Amino acid sequence: MTDTERDQTPAVALTGITKRFPGVVANSDVHLTVHAGEVHALCGENGAGKSTLMKILYGMQAPDEGTIEVAGEPVRFRSPAEAIRAGIGMVHQHFMLADNLTVLENVVLGAEGLHGIGKRAKARVRELAVATGLDVDPDTLVERLGVADRQRVEILKVLYRGARIVILDEPTAVLVPQEVDELFDTLRSMRADGYTFLFISHKLDEVRAIADTVTVIRRGTTVGTVDPRTVSSRQLAEMMVGSELPSPEHRHTPVGDDEVLRVEGLTLRTQDDRTLLDSLDLVVRSGEVVGIAGVEGNGQTELVETIMGMRRAAEGRVLLAGKDLTRAGTLARREAGIGYIPEDRTRHGLLLTQPLWANRILGHQTRRPTARGIMLDVAGARQDTQRIVEEFDVRTPGIEVTAASLSGGNQQKLVVGRELSGDPVLLIASHPTRGVDVGAQAAIWDQIRAARARGLAVLLVSADLDELIGLSDSIKVMLRGRFVGDADPTSVTCEDLGAAMTGAGSTDAEGHLLVDEGETQ
Amino acid sequence: MTAKLRSSLLAPALAIAFSALLCAIALLASGANPAEALGVMIGHVGKGQVAVDIVNSTAIYMLAALAAAIGFQMNLLNIGIEGQYRIGALVAAIVGSALVLPPVLHWLVILVVASLAGALWALLPAILKVTRGVHEVLSTIMLNAVAFGLAAYLIRRDMFGILIGNNVSTEPIPESGRVQGIDFGDRGTVFGLVFLAVAVAAVYGVVMQRTRFGFELKASGESPTAAAAGGVNAKKMIVVSLLVSGGVAGLVGMPEILGRDHAYTLNFAAGYGFAGLGIALLGRNHPVGIAFGSLLWAFLEKAKVALDNVGVPREIATIMQGSIVLSVVVAYEIVKRMDLAAEQRRVGRALGTAEPVEAEVGGDRK
Repeated sequence: MTDTERDQTPAVALTGITKRFPGVVANSDVHLTVHAGEVHALCGENGAGKSTLMKILYGMQAPDEGTIEVAGEPVRFRSPAEAIRAGIGMVHQHFMLADNLTVLENVVLGAEGLHGIGKRAKARVRELAVATGLDVDPDTLVERLGVADRQRVEILKVLYRGARIVILDEPTAVLVPQEVDELFDTLRSMRADGYTFLFISHKLDEVRAIADTVTVIRRGTTVGTVDPRTVSSRQLAEMMVGSELPSPEHRHTPVGDDEVLRVEGLTLRTQDDRTLLDSLDLVVRSGEVVGIAGVEGNGQTELVETIMGMRRAAEGRVLLAGKDLTRAGTLARREAGIGYIPEDRTRHGLLLTQPLWANRILGHQTRRPTARGIMLDVAGARQDTQRIVEEFDVRTPGIEVTAASLSGGNQQKLVVGRELSGDPVLLIASHPTRGVDVGAQAAIWDQIRAARARGLAVLLVSADLDELIGLSDSIKVMLRGRFVGDADPTSVTCEDLGAAMTGAGSTDAEGHLLVDEGETQ
Repeated sequence: MTAKLRSSLLAPALAIAFSALLCAIALLASGANPAEALGVMIGHVGKGQVAVDIVNSTAIYMLAALAAAIGFQMNLLNIGIEGQYRIGALVAAIVGSALVLPPVLHWLVILVVASLAGALWALLPAILKVTRGVHEVLSTIMLNAVAFGLAAYLIRRDMFGILIGNNVSTEPIPESGRVQGIDFGDRGTVFGLVFLAVAVAAVYGVVMQRTRFGFELKASGESPTAAAAGGVNAKKMIVVSLLVSGGVAGLVGMPEILGRDHAYTLNFAAGYGFAGLGIALLGRNHPVGIAFGSLLWAFLEKAKVALDNVGVPREIATIMQGSIVLSVVVAYEIVKRMDLAAEQRRVGRALGTAEPVEAEVGGDRK
């Protein structure tokens, strides 16, 4: 792709897009020009209007004003089907694959009209699989694929439907660093084949690594389009948040001596006797943050849910401040002083159709200030919700609105505020800043740090390695339901951690990650 | 709050208007005049004991609908109310006729027995659901059939049945176990247990809005995953809510038995349980909504008799009942989505004015 070609008709041009549906954020006068054969990154806080913009481009919503041009032709999509017909495909953040179907079936499902469901379809899938770097037989069941390959199947799906312009919604969120590199290699080779990508991401280093052009969107409008080679990550981030940028720098406070959480020989099995957690031992002291690193699906979720009593351990014990909670239910564990920030706030953290103050009660339905005996204390709940809204900077017009009407970051701040209420001794934080904007992320980090400084013990599970390294006092690496190594956050690098998470890292006799000093930054 | 009230009234109003339209079309198709049919139905209310009958039926429907609503709150479909109230009524009638107790205590005990019997009939589905994962719809439907069979068996004359006139019934409940009604002379007698229905509705309302149990029930219904993470014991909630639902269902037959029949007879009314499911949907599980839904239902049920006089098939009322429930489900879903969108807009506006868009930074590269 030469520069002269680039200057030709843009693949996609959004001009003056305004969406007067000021939901959480409207789009007002958005300009976005994507040239053919480039990787164009779209950066912005959560709730800045990226999703709305992509929905407009993908035909899920109609703009009130403005024009969309695809390859110079003005278009007006009424449905995603029309966008696909115009060669625009979208890969969603959450995979939409049927595990019990094969790769081929997943790809062809819903697009049977294109190449049938037989040999022709398979040949086409094979052909496109090469482009996406998917190196598996089309007849493999999707349940056998890893996360990275599943993502490739998703990309394959949109290519199969004829997309030349692919929207990738936070594609790296579920990948480890090595997989991210592989994905980027794939994107680069596909770019050389003439595909165009719109790449949505929070992760600025990745954006800089892959994007040819970056457009930053803030509060519903495009702030600017820049060349990533000429600006720093910091400058980009400042464009996004419009203010000084917080960084997850490590600030040590002394770890206390009191053992808050002790997990001994914790083993969890499925009904068909597969081992999900294999004899795990873990200690978290007061004022300590223990981070759990690992590729998703290696038992972190199960570990957290077992400690919370949502799953029953086959063997082992869970002790909180010396008290045996192994047989206690979730509520008893919460009452004993465990706060729990679940990994998926909409599934596990919130009652979306209920007002904020009702959400404050969840998990605290037996305790003051939200309850007295068997009665709820609605006035107390309201008052304390108001406190959370103020202390945790939850941006909302009031506490009567439903949780669903808040943006992701504000929902998460509410959850964090709730889980830090009632003086917990242990906080289990599962991906506490997943999918939240930079501003909310910094606020949540500060809250966790402040709580640690007050002596709170924290078990932190995160896919964001910077977050793990920045917050943790020690890090354990989890692989296939076991702890395979410890890392010192003061010396370990993301690359080392990433290697250990995939089982490629080397550890010494005590299980400490071997850090090659030459590679340490 | 007024906006909220408006939207909660909008849906049923829309639904009733829409179903009235459907019925009007059905009436026109069958060659009748919709306005005349409606006029006849309304005029019928003033006749004889119809008005009192409507009030009595309303109370019965309320109990059935409240039983259904308790299940609905946590997405449990207790289709077994039909069987539970039959068993409750039968057991209460048998026990009540055998007991010798002072007046008020006697009927209180009968109510408790009816409720316990209904709850017991719901226990098996509850156990099956939490231990074996059997869906409550299947188990309760099947238990309805079992309840009918069991009731038919128990009322045989070699069991607990006796022959009174042409009718087989249980031994009559003595005077002390009967509940006095409010006598309106020629207009009929309002059952005393109408107030039971009101009391149950009030308790239900308070429990749902103000207690931990109600909160946990609603949380489980809205999001089982979030409820579990919040420490709600899902299995316990399933058992408790099915038992409470069955317990309320057990009371459904009581206004008639303690207020009019004084025994369980072969003519014991069927169908209240299924009506209750529809009314709970219509009233959106809200006690006031259920009260109005029951009143509407009772009106249609009692007034439809008059349709025969003007040559309109009375089944048109059944069509109306069915179409009301269907339209209500659709209308609520539409209004709910509109509300959420409106609220999101409102939140956006409120925050938008609080935080004006700041000056742009960075260069454009066109």
